[in-house]
Amino acid sequence: MAMTVQLDVVSAEEKIFSGLVESVQVTGSEGELGFLPFHAPLLTTLKPGMVRIVKQFGEEHLIYVAGGVIEVQPDAITVLSDVAVRGEDLDEQAALDAQKQAEEAMQHASADFNYAEAAAQLAEAIAQLRIIQKMRKK
Amino acid sequence: MAGGKEIKSKIGSINNTRKITSAMEKVAVSKMRKAQDRVAATRPYAEGMRKVIGNVANGNLEYRHPYLADREVKRVGYIVISTDRGLCGGLNTNEFKKIAVDLKRWKDQGISAEFAVIGNKATAFFKRFGGKVVAAQAGSGDVPKLANVIGSVQVMLKAFDEGRIDRLFLVYNKFVNTMKQEPVIDQLLPLPKTDLAKREHSWDYIYEPDPQPILDMLLTRYMESQVYQGVVENLASEQAARMVAMKAATDNAGNLMDDLKLVYNKARQAAITQELSEIVAGAAAVG
Repeated sequence: MAMTVQLDVVSAEEKIFSGLVESVQVTGSEGELGFLPFHAPLLTTLKPGMVRIVKQFGEEHLIYVAGGVIEVQPDAITVLSDVAVRGEDLDEQAALDAQKQAEEAMQHASADFNYAEAAAQLAEAIAQLRIIQKMRKK
Repeated sequence: MAGGKEIKSKIGSINNTRKITSAMEKVAVSKMRKAQDRVAATRPYAEGMRKVIGNVANGNLEYRHPYLADREVKRVGYIVISTDRGLCGGLNTNEFKKIAVDLKRWKDQGISAEFAVIGNKATAFFKRFGGKVVAAQAGSGDVPKLANVIGSVQVMLKAFDEGRIDRLFLVYNKFVNTMKQEPVIDQLLPLPKTDLAKREHSWDYIYEPDPQPILDMLLTRYMESQVYQGVVENLASEQAARMVAMKAATDNAGNLMDDLKLVYNKARQAAITQELSEIVAGAAAVG
């Protein structure tokens, strides 16, 4: 049997996932990261993106997080996210709308336009859409 | 009929009070359910945060954040969360008593304190009690928002950064269940070390990218999440305490009304009897 590690994914609003996993993949602020059991302690921030989980016995799960922190200990991994949504609960239409809105806002930039905010919105929407596409391929 | 009218109007007014308390009870029941759900929803995050912070406090980190270092205590700070409105039994009183006891302990050691208060009742209390209040704000109603607590947190963090306070505590009523709410005083700063995950060798995290921004962000988030959790728990406690208090008030009003009704009936019967005996006596005198 494959080795496992305890994983908790929580958002400010609810507990999204808690259980034993074989591996975890996240989008860190510096790039994609993958963790297996007994990883050295690590602390990093997360970018909007997906958390890919391979549960015990190989079942795969996708979760969308809009940023946060991941803490890795050899025996436990904790993802503290600001907003997290299970892959199945993502709303494709809403994500497409958000993407369009952000892109339009960036093209028709006015004086009081907040570029950073729009860019963050766009990144979130794109990350959500990527997860939806991935789930469809399966 | 002496006293009959007075008793009747008294019964009427008690009945009105009873209607109000029973309405308040029903409102508190429905609000408590929502508040309870909110407590359940936000607890995992606060607990996850506490776990991570516990690990951070235990590690032997290359960047010693000031929030992690224990220093000599000269002044202490409290963030006190209370309700905005009264009529919730001894909830606030018990909390303030606990603070007073804690303060006395500090005072005996020659240590003074300052306060950041959330909720009108605590503001009123410290006005009477004395004590340096550096930040005060009303509670945020029935739906607490994170944005509302950030102000008080920032004030206290700044005081800690500048060395005006050396320890920071959070005081609120923990929601145990409907019948039980417990005032608790949690130490926020410096981070209390947990007994969990004790390891023999010293270790440090791998950081991406740098330790300082990550720890800064994480610790600020931690403070905010703990205070927010306190606000949410306090709100659920308030509604539960109010529900119980209003139920007791409604029951009392009912008992009082029953007693008064008995007195009223007796008075009425006495008046009738007296009238009858007067008529009979009058008739006998004429006949």
